[in-house]
Amino acid sequence: MPAPGSIPADLQPLASASFDAAAARHLLNRAGFGGTPAQADALAAMGLDRAVDLLVNYETQPNKDVSPDDFDRALMPPLTREERDELTAARRSREEATVERLERKENQAKARDRQQLVELKKWWIARMIESARPLEEKMTLFWHGHFATGARAIEDSWHMFQQNQLFRTHATGNFGMLVLQVIRDPAMIKYLNNDQSRKGRPNENLARELLELFILGEGHGYTEADIKAGARALTGYTFEDDDFVYREGNHDAGPKTIFGKEGNWTGDEFARLALANPACSEFICGKLHRFLVNDTPDNDLTPAQREARDAVVRAMAAELRAGNYEIKPVLAKLFRSAHFHHASNRAATIKSPVQAVVQTIRQFNTPTRQLSALAGACDLMGQDLFQPPNVKGWDGGHTWINTSTLFVRQNVAVYLLTGKRPEVYDWELDEVRFDPAPLLAGASTPEAVADRLLSMSLAATPHPERRAALVAFLKQQAQASEHSRNVAALALVTALPEYQLA
Amino acid sequence: MNPTTAYSRRVFIRQGALLASFAATLPHFLQESAMGMLLPEGSAAGSQPGVPDERILVVVQLSGGNDGLNTVIPYGEAEYHNARPGIGLGEPGKPKNGGAALELDQAKGIGLHPNLTGLKELHDAGSLCVVAGVGYPNPNRSHFASMDIWQSGRPEGKGTGWLGRYVDAACNGNPAADMAIAVGRTAPLAMTGAKSAPIAFESADLFRWLGADKNGAMDKEYQQLVRAGSLPGVEPGSQESFLMRTALDAQVTSDRIRAAVAKKPLVTYPGSQLSKQLQTVAAMIRDGMKTRVYYVSMGGFDTHANQPGGHGNLMRQLGDALLAFQKDLQQQGNDGRVVTMCFSEFGRRVRQNASNGTDHGTAGPMFLIGPRVNPGLQGTYPSLTDLDGGDLKFTTDFRGVYQELLGTWMGADTKAVLGGEWAAPGLVRA
Repeated sequence: MPAPGSIPADLQPLASASFDAAAARHLLNRAGFGGTPAQADALAAMGLDRAVDLLVNYETQPNKDVSPDDFDRALMPPLTREERDELTAARRSREEATVERLERKENQAKARDRQQLVELKKWWIARMIESARPLEEKMTLFWHGHFATGARAIEDSWHMFQQNQLFRTHATGNFGMLVLQVIRDPAMIKYLNNDQSRKGRPNENLARELLELFILGEGHGYTEADIKAGARALTGYTFEDDDFVYREGNHDAGPKTIFGKEGNWTGDEFARLALANPACSEFICGKLHRFLVNDTPDNDLTPAQREARDAVVRAMAAELRAGNYEIKPVLAKLFRSAHFHHASNRAATIKSPVQAVVQTIRQFNTPTRQLSALAGACDLMGQDLFQPPNVKGWDGGHTWINTSTLFVRQNVAVYLLTGKRPEVYDWELDEVRFDPAPLLAGASTPEAVADRLLSMSLAATPHPERRAALVAFLKQQAQASEHSRNVAALALVTALPEYQLA
Repeated sequence: MNPTTAYSRRVFIRQGALLASFAATLPHFLQESAMGMLLPEGSAAGSQPGVPDERILVVVQLSGGNDGLNTVIPYGEAEYHNARPGIGLGEPGKPKNGGAALELDQAKGIGLHPNLTGLKELHDAGSLCVVAGVGYPNPNRSHFASMDIWQSGRPEGKGTGWLGRYVDAACNGNPAADMAIAVGRTAPLAMTGAKSAPIAFESADLFRWLGADKNGAMDKEYQQLVRAGSLPGVEPGSQESFLMRTALDAQVTSDRIRAAVAKKPLVTYPGSQLSKQLQTVAAMIRDGMKTRVYYVSMGGFDTHANQPGGHGNLMRQLGDALLAFQKDLQQQGNDGRVVTMCFSEFGRRVRQNASNGTDHGTAGPMFLIGPRVNPGLQGTYPSLTDLDGGDLKFTTDFRGVYQELLGTWMGADTKAVLGGEWAAPGLVRA
């Protein structure tokens, strides 16, 4: 491994000759959810520029359209306005029969809505598994964690679907545009209580998180006074049924001072002022770097690694500002950079639970098994889709891993490879046979099989002790059928602690 | 970084050249105790700093909104019987709708559900504290939202859990892996901290790798691979090293827990789900694990229709399981170290509905169990006539109960954990 001091500290491109199959695999893991060895080879053969272009300019790739008809928009709210009034009146006058009828209707609709949320999770996981545009889904997942919104507080799966589609539409688009859409998003408005914010009694939640978590980062370039003024600017931004509405009567149109500038600012203007703050681009690029390049805790990085990282984040931020907050050019430059491809950034991110599941399927081409089991497994591993733990989203990195989640990670890989042992987690037994033979074509000796399995599975260079152990196991299993021997070997590889790195 | 860890790291650097070479292959907690041997007395990582010796808190969650009025029954109130003609239970000795309350506080006219004979026995032994009317302002009647409020210990129901923050703070920011254990599918929000995450498993037999169940050769291989810890040549601060060491931790913890649970319990437990969970907890306590917080849960309390039979069964399971657990702890000689706390996300409405059930309400009773609780009915039973839209007004803030448990019982500084100070109702003795 090169000395840490040699980590490139800018966005200079990798020498094209260095873009080999291992580099292509790294790119596939980070810009998506991994791929088979054949896919990595094909990408490597294209050369760096074309490979990055294929992944980043994904609009050229065919994809299944997202149809609003995929889900039922009308489940929530469960009661019409008239029915809600009727319920309130019946409660007051203690007409138990009416209360009960309406509460039952409400509870049934909520139960159906929770079921639809499960369908939504399955739908998204399937999309991540199948998409020909992996970066689109990967960045949708990034924005879901960034603009974290929990379904439980929303109680409207359609709004979660709508928000998910918003993130997909702007996945690699313009960050400023995305922010302006997010403050109009019914799920976000509900989650951060802006529907209750009005002139005279502003609710500060949305304004605070916009500065603290969405645009600038905690303590960067704003004051409490900016939050208070921002909350006033955002009054009147609410929603009705499934759509954003601006209620002029609730908006506080008076003068406000935001970042030292006085004006009769609106919510859009508040967001634009925050976006113009220099802290914004570095905050967003820092998060992108952590998500896509390296999530090692700061304490574990050498000073040289930290300095290189900070310099690259600054370079990304300059690129983002120069491109008027377009995300795509920043990603394209990052994925081509020698920094991104440097050895110290290989195997430097811990797979999120979703990444762990989807990548296992995509890189080995295993059967998908049962989608609801996969969604449930992600929850067990600490990533319940559409229900991030709080508005800060998932912390990621080391926080994904503990003694409990590690066993689930290993066990879900066994389930994907074999379809067996489902009763443990109520996963459905799946009879579809996974055949690793295509992955191992031409590898005839135990040594060759071990090398192939390790190199296609691990982001890190396989440790010699691992190789020796795997070769010994394959030899010892010489009497077993080729299929069961290879599946067993692969199950062992997926149980390696280092398998959790991408 | 806090002073303790800074100090131990310095000691580690100065004295630990030899240690460093094998530390990478030790589980985190064994390494801690190896380091502890080098530390001056009092700063050792061997016991959990900030926790009085050996104190344990066990939380029992009743999910679905337990009907508090039919659990701790105000049989002396006429309004109770008026509001619940089809489900209201009779006063002691005078059965009604299938049962008569067990005496709890005769002067106040308050009793226990007839099937809570287990709790009655604990009450008569002076080991049951009943906290009346526990809730919080602006009650939320959604199961999920209210559960999040109870579990986070915060009115907005967002962020980390109250027990997670306790664990974060109690261990000077260095929580041991097995400080908190939840017996259940997933770790509850309550136990999730900023740094700490609890161990969670549904049954100890599943807290392990399942890949080798049909192939012994794989198991041997797997054990060697994960027990290797951090391999030679792997950078100590790398992601790879962190994972290799956590995998070893997981295996060692799994072995420990499965060995503990495999022992035959000292008492006979009834067959309910809750009972099995508590049996598992008792086994871990008996085995001397360092775990200080355990969490179990029981569902089915959302009794909108035909409540009496179903709720009666739940009461029987609850009381019997808690009694067996307490007897087990007694036999072990560990009962003095443990307080068990029982809560639900909300109580139910005062007035029954037309289907002989009850709808979502607000305040409810909590139980605290152990020889060091202040026994009997504590707090003020809410009025059944001075209601808030048909619901009880809470008389004790649940954070006051948390404060007693974490502060008085566990000896923690609760201000930061609970975001303020609440009136201490006097429920446990230090």
